[in-house]
Amino acid sequence: MLDQAVFYFFAALAIVSAILVVTRRNAVQSAIFLVTALLATAGIFLNLNAEFVFIVQVILYAGGIMVLFVFVIMLVNLDVALHQVQFNRQWFVALIISAVLAAQVAAAIAVSRHSLYIMPAAPPETLEPNTERVAFYLFHTYMLPFELASILLLVAMVGAVVMAKKRV
Amino acid sequence: MVPIGHYIFLSVAMLAIGIVGIVTRRNVIIILMSVELILNAVNINLVAFSRLVGSVEGQIFAIFIITDAAAEAAVGLGIIIAFFRNRETVLADEMDILKW
Amino acid sequence: MNLNAIIPYILPVLFALVIVALLPLVAGYIVLVERKVMADMQVRLGPMRVGPHGLLQPIADAVKLLLKEDIIPESADKLVFWGAPLISVTAAMLALAALPIGPFFQIADLNIGLLYILGISSLGIFGIVLGGWASNSHYSLMGALRSAAQLVSYETSAGMAIVGALLLAGTLSTRGIVQEQSDTGWWFIFVAPVGFFIYLVASIAETNRAPFDMPEAESELVAGYMTEYSGFRWALYFLAEYTNMVVVASIATTLFLGGWMRPFANTPAFNFLDYLPPLLMLWVAGYCFRRTPKQPVQVQKMFMAAVGVLCVVVALVLIMPMAVPRDSFLATSKPGIHGAFWFLFKVAAYIYVFMWLRFTFPRYRFDQLMRLGWQFLVPLSIVNVMMIGLALALHRQFGWPNWISFPLCVALTLIGGGFLLATGEKHEHPFVGEEGEGQEEETPVHA
Repeated sequence: MLDQAVFYFFAALAIVSAILVVTRRNAVQSAIFLVTALLATAGIFLNLNAEFVFIVQVILYAGGIMVLFVFVIMLVNLDVALHQVQFNRQWFVALIISAVLAAQVAAAIAVSRHSLYIMPAAPPETLEPNTERVAFYLFHTYMLPFELASILLLVAMVGAVVMAKKRV
Repeated sequence: MVPIGHYIFLSVAMLAIGIVGIVTRRNVIIILMSVELILNAVNINLVAFSRLVGSVEGQIFAIFIITDAAAEAAVGLGIIIAFFRNRETVLADEMDILKW
Repeated sequence: MNLNAIIPYILPVLFALVIVALLPLVAGYIVLVERKVMADMQVRLGPMRVGPHGLLQPIADAVKLLLKEDIIPESADKLVFWGAPLISVTAAMLALAALPIGPFFQIADLNIGLLYILGISSLGIFGIVLGGWASNSHYSLMGALRSAAQLVSYETSAGMAIVGALLLAGTLSTRGIVQEQSDTGWWFIFVAPVGFFIYLVASIAETNRAPFDMPEAESELVAGYMTEYSGFRWALYFLAEYTNMVVVASIATTLFLGGWMRPFANTPAFNFLDYLPPLLMLWVAGYCFRRTPKQPVQVQKMFMAAVGVLCVVVALVLIMPMAVPRDSFLATSKPGIHGAFWFLFKVAAYIYVFMWLRFTFPRYRFDQLMRLGWQFLVPLSIVNVMMIGLALALHRQFGWPNWISFPLCVALTLIGGGFLLATGEKHEHPFVGEEGEGQEEETPVHA
């Protein structure tokens, strides 16, 4: 029961934070609410017994990527931009289409709930010990994507430094 | 664990909010933040199914997505800084140098 | 809800309440200790007036900060201005949850304990950056950005140094790391000394202490992220900084200095060291009682006597597990109580080294600081990780004995560090040209 209450709390927090991210006028406030949304997502991961993904989300996403975002927002923060129109002219159509998308999925889930929920959740012991299991798969089965990810990060680092330099 | 449909619905809700953000906002940095929201929605989906099935592979995919998002955010923000240095604007409507 | 569901939560909540309630007091007294140590190194006495030997100074400071006027800049973003110190303090206090103060004194023994502390510490950066931005002043923003850049830079090398020690421990759980040091009998500082050195330097930079306190010292001269904060909000930032110091010292103690273990824990010949803690407390109590008659005011006499009595009580608590019969229940609490004492003693020693370094070295300029972080510490820590991995592989795969593989790899790391020092850029003068040109430009031109 506590399990479910925690999920609903974090889910509500994630959705409210996400809505606030896309509607705030001030970019720094958007960034703050994105951090909240990311931490709520991390809480959902922890609730799902995925402790390694939880801590990777906190360290990398909330503690790394969002700090980068906040830095760049402060570097390009224009008071002029605050007073301009924030939303473009298609906002109504976008809202309708997204609502229709979400409603379609909700309807699909509701209609199929008797066949969708038949599979019982696996016991959490199959995911324990989490870090060791993730490490095993990462270094045995998924070694190639791991090395490719490191090359991708190297390329991204070089690219970002070249992009942001004043004179190449 | 809550029934899997609830996780799917949360994921799609965040996806929809992210799509609204990308399509609607003019500030390029907020568009990038909406992209991050969508990636997070995908992560929730992956981890929820990994828990349902009892295998860790969904979580590994989620870790790779987080790594990917870091790389993309770094390069994207570098591009925004370079463009801002040239044109003094971060609004998507005004980034129309290549238009004929 | 039945009672059985709540029982596993009672003890952690109790520990958490005790730690969070005591933390502001402890942080205040660390400030007092810093002022006394600074005075000692500058051959003077430090605070002596408020309370005997200045022991009530933190209480006076806290009362002053609470009663100060709360000034908020007019065009500041009120919500973010209010929330930024809270983020700093919350992140600092959350990190205390995974610290192994004793074998039984831990709020939460997470499987990922060490990564959790790292992650929560990286969330503390937001408190600084948002505080600087919310003050709506250029100097605050620049100070905040500089401080955040410094924190991010040194987080990388601190993390690599921690990874080096993690390779030796084989587990991320903080309790498991101390257990591993207890099992192998060697503190990891002897096995990976370069890692300890890297972590020492990186942790000084992580907590914005001198000689890396350029973003903060700017606040003494011009401005920094704390400028527009007054009264209790500033006290919250300060509390966050000192709590961060305690957290960082606790990580170093857990990883490198053996956690809650007594020195020479596995050697029965050194069992006389078990009597060192109560003797130490009795010596402090004796000093308090000796100074009591020399205090000028009656209240100060009573306070000094009370401190002496407190030290005697602590000494009695420490000696109790050894004085009761060996099989009774109370004797089994010895690892817990003595463990807590040794842990706090090592944390205090590490913080004393912080203070010692603060009052010895001049400050690094910001570009020198960034260069040190990225061009010296990060490559050195990467080499450190590789060498520890090599040492472990030589020991476990090829069967080399411990006393050959580890010193060999430490020597290789030191050679790598020497190479980095020798080939680094030296003596960059950003303002002065070459010798000849400088001379010419300095001669004044007469009209």
